[in-house]
Amino acid sequence: MAASTYREAVRSALREEMERDPDVILLGESITGYGGSYAVTRGLVEEFGSHRVMETPIAEAGIVGFAVGAAMGGLRPVAELMTVNFALLALDQIVNSAAKFHYMFGGQWSVPMVVRTVSGFGQLGATHSQSFEGWFASVPGLKVVMPATPADAKGLLLSAIRDPDPVIFIEHSLLYSTRGPMPDDPAALVPIGRARVARAGTDVTVVAYSRMLLQALQAAEALEREDGCQCEVIDLRTLRPVDYPTVAASVRRTHRVVLCGEDWRSGGFGAALLAELQDLCFDDLDAPIARVAMRDVPLPYARNLEQALLPSSEQVVETVRSLL
Amino acid sequence: MYRQMVLIRHFEEHAAEAYAQAKIGGFLHLYIGEEAVAVGALAAARPTDPLLTHYRDHGYALARGCDPTRCMAELFGRATGLSRGRGGSMHLADRSRHFWGGHAIVGSHIPIGTGMAYAAKYHRREDVVLEFFGDGATGNGIFHEGLNMAALWKVPVVFICENNLYGMGATLAEESPVKDMVIRAEGYTMPARQCDGMDVLAVYETVQAACAHARGGNGPFFVECLTYRFRGHSMADPELYRDKEEVQRWRALDPIPRFGARLVAERLCTERELTAINEQVEQEMLQVVAAADAAPVPDPATVAEMIYANPIDPAAPVMALGAAPPPAPAAVLLGE
Repeated sequence: MAASTYREAVRSALREEMERDPDVILLGESITGYGGSYAVTRGLVEEFGSHRVMETPIAEAGIVGFAVGAAMGGLRPVAELMTVNFALLALDQIVNSAAKFHYMFGGQWSVPMVVRTVSGFGQLGATHSQSFEGWFASVPGLKVVMPATPADAKGLLLSAIRDPDPVIFIEHSLLYSTRGPMPDDPAALVPIGRARVARAGTDVTVVAYSRMLLQALQAAEALEREDGCQCEVIDLRTLRPVDYPTVAASVRRTHRVVLCGEDWRSGGFGAALLAELQDLCFDDLDAPIARVAMRDVPLPYARNLEQALLPSSEQVVETVRSLL
Repeated sequence: MYRQMVLIRHFEEHAAEAYAQAKIGGFLHLYIGEEAVAVGALAAARPTDPLLTHYRDHGYALARGCDPTRCMAELFGRATGLSRGRGGSMHLADRSRHFWGGHAIVGSHIPIGTGMAYAAKYHRREDVVLEFFGDGATGNGIFHEGLNMAALWKVPVVFICENNLYGMGATLAEESPVKDMVIRAEGYTMPARQCDGMDVLAVYETVQAACAHARGGNGPFFVECLTYRFRGHSMADPELYRDKEEVQRWRALDPIPRFGARLVAERLCTERELTAINEQVEQEMLQVVAAADAAPVPDPATVAEMIYANPIDPAAPVMALGAAPPPAPAAVLLGE
């Protein structure tokens, strides 16, 4: 079985879709000569030309608006927004244009486009270290994907580009260099809207996505080793629509659930997930639904202060123990 | 063109009446006074040229040949409306007539039209995208982002600014350091021309030249039409910010009698023929309103449909998308 880094998995999905479909174009800031802020698109402009790999002005709203129009004109644009923090400048185009047109104009056309963007941190300061997946996931009309593994990054991006609706595809800066196995079939799609049981267990369900999946899996190993506790770890993969059937089926077996995310606790994605799960699973629960989330503090620069805030595997361990 | 302007005028007057009768809800922005812009500009373009407008969009829909009854039905919130009752006054659209919508976040459609123009160029289509917006939109960053990209990538788009002197209740002097919107285009090395937006032929000739420029592969063109809305910003506007004399001065320039007088003076038409057109249109509008009023409301059971072209149910078995791209969303079934 072949292995790949997360970065190379994203790049190969882009390259293969561009080879397969001449209507797929990429656009974003410094994605050509520079190769993208996280080097994901390196080499693609040489391969496909500047009419398909477009260097844009620093204009996030314009980039997304342009991509919406390109999609309406028959292309399959993949817009890169350097980080999810900069995506705030494009919120209007994402929420009021991309997400609305199919419904608001009575189904006359859809907007087949992908916004690729990046969550993460690493002493980047308060404006460059945020997680906003919950905001996007609250908007009907969007699909929101947040892969944790290289195989899912590739398979979900292939699905996202082929999907006729707008997809917000959030990568994670601290995952780009991670390596993982890739499927034997390089063209294998991972369906949007399907969670994956990343580790089977019987005692507690731990729901995670993106980088928190790795923290959750580490925590599950520690809990097995130190407490003999078997965690079932679910990788949500898609945040809209959420695969509630998979999560609920797990909670019906374990009767306990911990929700993990890196966004702020108040109003974060986990808060919405919790509310929905309480409706779905209340009778199955033996303990209140617990959360691991970012404290409601802007991310500081100093390394020790930042570390004090970041959700970690230790926090997952402690939270699981609090339920047992 | 005369008939189209009259059609818009009568349509809007009937819409105002229906609004007063609470048959139309929400916002209603009338195009009365500005008819020469939509009619002249769209007559100069091809019917297949993609059209995007601001939210004061009824006039464009009618000038593009959209069914007036379906336009009115949309205002009435009916299932047979252009946007099936989901859009309303500000969000008319008719893909079959290449009308890609009225857009209500001021300026938001400007980069969208730029992207559509890029797609046309990419696919070597001869389309020119027509984008209409008001003077108020030029204060928004998205306007500048869209113009910058259009000029940078030399896409076939004609930006048409309806300068009606007011951004809602703000005067032009309050919202812009430049009086002439064509100056905005200079920073993007975009050719621009100003015209009398109360003269349908002046608009026609200017937009014709602009379309020829863009269709010839020379990149975008900027047109400014000097115009005026005779009514308030919306039906809720008490018009405290402008004096009645100013309104009267502009009403004297009303594009409909002005064009009518010219047609008569040049012996292309008689007064009697113009009167007949007005009467015919009024009869037609009475039927339009009656038909819209009789149209069915949308079925509440369908309220959550159409959010996605490809709805995903996590509880359903996985459907393979396969190697082929999903079908183009061109086929649309109408009905509830």
